[in-house]
Amino acid sequence: MKQFSNRYIFMFATVMVVIVAFVLSSAALFLQPMQQRNAEVEKKRNVLASVGVEATAETAEELYDKYITKTLVVDVTGETRPGIDAFNVDMRKEQRKPVGEQALPVFIASFEDGHTSYIMPLEGKGLWGPIYGYISLNNDLRTINGVSFDHKSETPGLGAEINTTEFESQFINKDLFQENEFRGILVAKGGADDDDPHAVDGISGGTITSKALEAMIYDCLVNYVEYLKKNSN
Amino acid sequence: MSTKEEREPLFSSKNLKLLRDPLGDNNPITIQVLGICSALAVTVKLAPAVVMAISVTVVLVVANVVVSLFRNIIPPRIRIIFMLVVIAMMVILVDQVLKAYAFEISKQLSVFVGLIITNCIIMGRLEGFAMANKPWPSFLDGLGNSAGYGWILIVVAFFREFLGSGTIYGYPVMEKLGVYNLGYENNGFMILPPMALITVGIIIWVQRSRNKELIENN
Repeated sequence: MKQFSNRYIFMFATVMVVIVAFVLSSAALFLQPMQQRNAEVEKKRNVLASVGVEATAETAEELYDKYITKTLVVDVTGETRPGIDAFNVDMRKEQRKPVGEQALPVFIASFEDGHTSYIMPLEGKGLWGPIYGYISLNNDLRTINGVSFDHKSETPGLGAEINTTEFESQFINKDLFQENEFRGILVAKGGADDDDPHAVDGISGGTITSKALEAMIYDCLVNYVEYLKKNSN
Repeated sequence: MSTKEEREPLFSSKNLKLLRDPLGDNNPITIQVLGICSALAVTVKLAPAVVMAISVTVVLVVANVVVSLFRNIIPPRIRIIFMLVVIAMMVILVDQVLKAYAFEISKQLSVFVGLIITNCIIMGRLEGFAMANKPWPSFLDGLGNSAGYGWILIVVAFFREFLGSGTIYGYPVMEKLGVYNLGYENNGFMILPPMALITVGIIIWVQRSRNKELIENN
């Protein structure tokens, strides 16, 4: 085997690292605009999915501009916070701040038939990784119009079922409030009563994800309660 | 294809053997039992399995050729580091390209693209073949081995998707056939990782019963 001096080895390693760094950073710079666009389109699709509008990667931007007529950011007291773009609020970062400082985005969707929906982002911890989604409320700001959930790495066939239509459609018309008190939605292990307006069936074998989802809905929306109460009619 | 008479033709029998062997009698998954982890993880549906096979092909072929080109100037003491850097660079590039051009698939593959770095087949081929051979045989070797890995992945994914979800490449075959009306149900068990292991096991069994020479003596 050929012998190489230490000097040569160091030189070799240095040159190798510099070349690799150059290749990778130019690739990152070159591809970044497309990746950001993909992430944006994905977000728009998720927002639209919560109001039952199915968008493809091609139609997402057009449909988003058509239906989402207004976005705003509120705080925990229900006051609007001007100067922040709701679309660019990162919920994961917001949740690390104290409750009073959190920016809470609201997307308002208007439809041809005159009804409006209020869409709010959700962000929580599942069994293996983050779970997230959007929930849309009807004009009364207490019953659910639709939801769209997604997850990073829940178990396929078990916890991962949260993003199926069968599961998500259960939430439609459920009531977040009991009388005037916010209580969220119970994701019941063993199934909920059909006529219970505050509960849906959990996923068999996916209890931890189901409970995490329940906590996510409560924890995220409880901050909106003041806003919801002020604006309900 | 060859330009000079005295040189070995590009597709000599020796070179073709490099391409053919890993497909069957020296398959990286069924014979060498390497790269099993990703074979279990990404074979629930055909689409990710195909993308994974293509990604591994790109990484392995390029890494094989690069290592082979530099084989005489790589200091042996840091050769493993060199290989890792080349593999990691290729994997990051593949991951970035997927994120930009095939976003849906990259979401499904999530961490497994990154895990190509730890795919034992790649390291094994670089250390075992590319370090000691010229670029062209290394290119063929990389192609052969990733094809051998890829076809197993695709076969396993085909059965898991067909029996587990009743679809083939997302097309609802079972529904079109109308077997659900006859009381047929998808086998949810096929979606779970253990069934990938059993499917690979069945492929190994079939292969060894057809070619008795592959059976180990013990």
